[in-house]
Amino acid sequence: MHDTVKVITGITIFLILILFPLWYNGLTGKAAYVPELKVPVTEKQCVESTPYMKTRHMELLDKWKEVAVRQGVRTYVAKDGKIHTIGLTGTCIKCHSDKEGFCDKCHNYAGVKPYCWDCHNYPRVTAK
Amino acid sequence: MDRRKFLKITGLSLAGLTIQPAFRLFSKPEQKRWAMVINLDACSKKDGCRDCIDACHRVHNVPDLANPKDEVKWIWNAPFERVFGGQGYTTLNEVLKNRSVLVLCNHCENPPCVKVCPTKATWKREDGIVMMDYHRCIGCRYCMAACPYGARSFNWKDPRPSINEINMDFPTRMKGVVEKCNFCEERLAKNLLPACVEACEEKGLIFGDLNATDSDVRKILKSKFSILRKPHLGTEPKIYYIL
Repeated sequence: MHDTVKVITGITIFLILILFPLWYNGLTGKAAYVPELKVPVTEKQCVESTPYMKTRHMELLDKWKEVAVRQGVRTYVAKDGKIHTIGLTGTCIKCHSDKEGFCDKCHNYAGVKPYCWDCHNYPRVTAK
Repeated sequence: MDRRKFLKITGLSLAGLTIQPAFRLFSKPEQKRWAMVINLDACSKKDGCRDCIDACHRVHNVPDLANPKDEVKWIWNAPFERVFGGQGYTTLNEVLKNRSVLVLCNHCENPPCVKVCPTKATWKREDGIVMMDYHRCIGCRYCMAACPYGARSFNWKDPRPSINEINMDFPTRMKGVVEKCNFCEERLAKNLLPACVEACEEKGLIFGDLNATDSDVRKILKSKFSILRKPHLGTEPKIYYIL
């Protein structure tokens, strides 16, 4: 191979640059954490089980939006038989009242910006 | 085909015409048809009264924008000429003509806004309420163009800074959606009267079910002459005005 040294140097620099996310986080540990959520103290059980909510709360909220707004049905029967009133502010935020400590922690970590909050109220949203 | 066969087929076809009316007659007897009667006499008793407007806008987080170009309103007072002009009421007595009339979304039986909405963000519910889904509204404002009564408002900017006091029990809207009166459907779901009806101290707003023969609205409409806004358009509005 001609110019072996130049080629090997070039490939090494390329690998260092392209693998930057991996070795940087490995060294500094900045992104290597699981977001710490402030769990509500008033209730121990959410509408559905924690693993379900972790993976599918967006699906649940989507279904609620469809059922409440377009069909006018405001009650939801959970898997364990409990009846809940459908509402983001009325039901979810009633327990998870600390949006920054709970919802925003994971959303910020994942880089997700749900625009629900543009309309749905949460505590500490001030008019002026 | 002979004459007997022809007559048999005709007879059966005519009998078939009764199927749909019979179906409607015997199905869904409890289907509601919400309507409102506005008593213009009671409405003008207090000068500059805004009880119903303030109640509605407070309950539903309607922003208070000073500039009439940006303003958002669900229920408001308009001059008589604007409301009933061009309908031949010109010979009415002068007092009536100089009054302002309370107007809101008419929740038409045949709503043009529903017809034109490209996303069906507005649709007519079974109980007659023309409903808004702010999730689906893309802000094209076609409904605003279609509404002959100017009942709809657009959020030209973020309404939240201009809301006097946010009611946590009802969401706000965001910039870029069209909004209008919803006949307090969230209150009706809890068997409450609409906020404007409850707030009126003169009992000038009467709300009820047109399908229920003993409801307040039916009783009033049977006993008093009522007028509608722009009836020649065929929208069949459900806000009746009695004088």
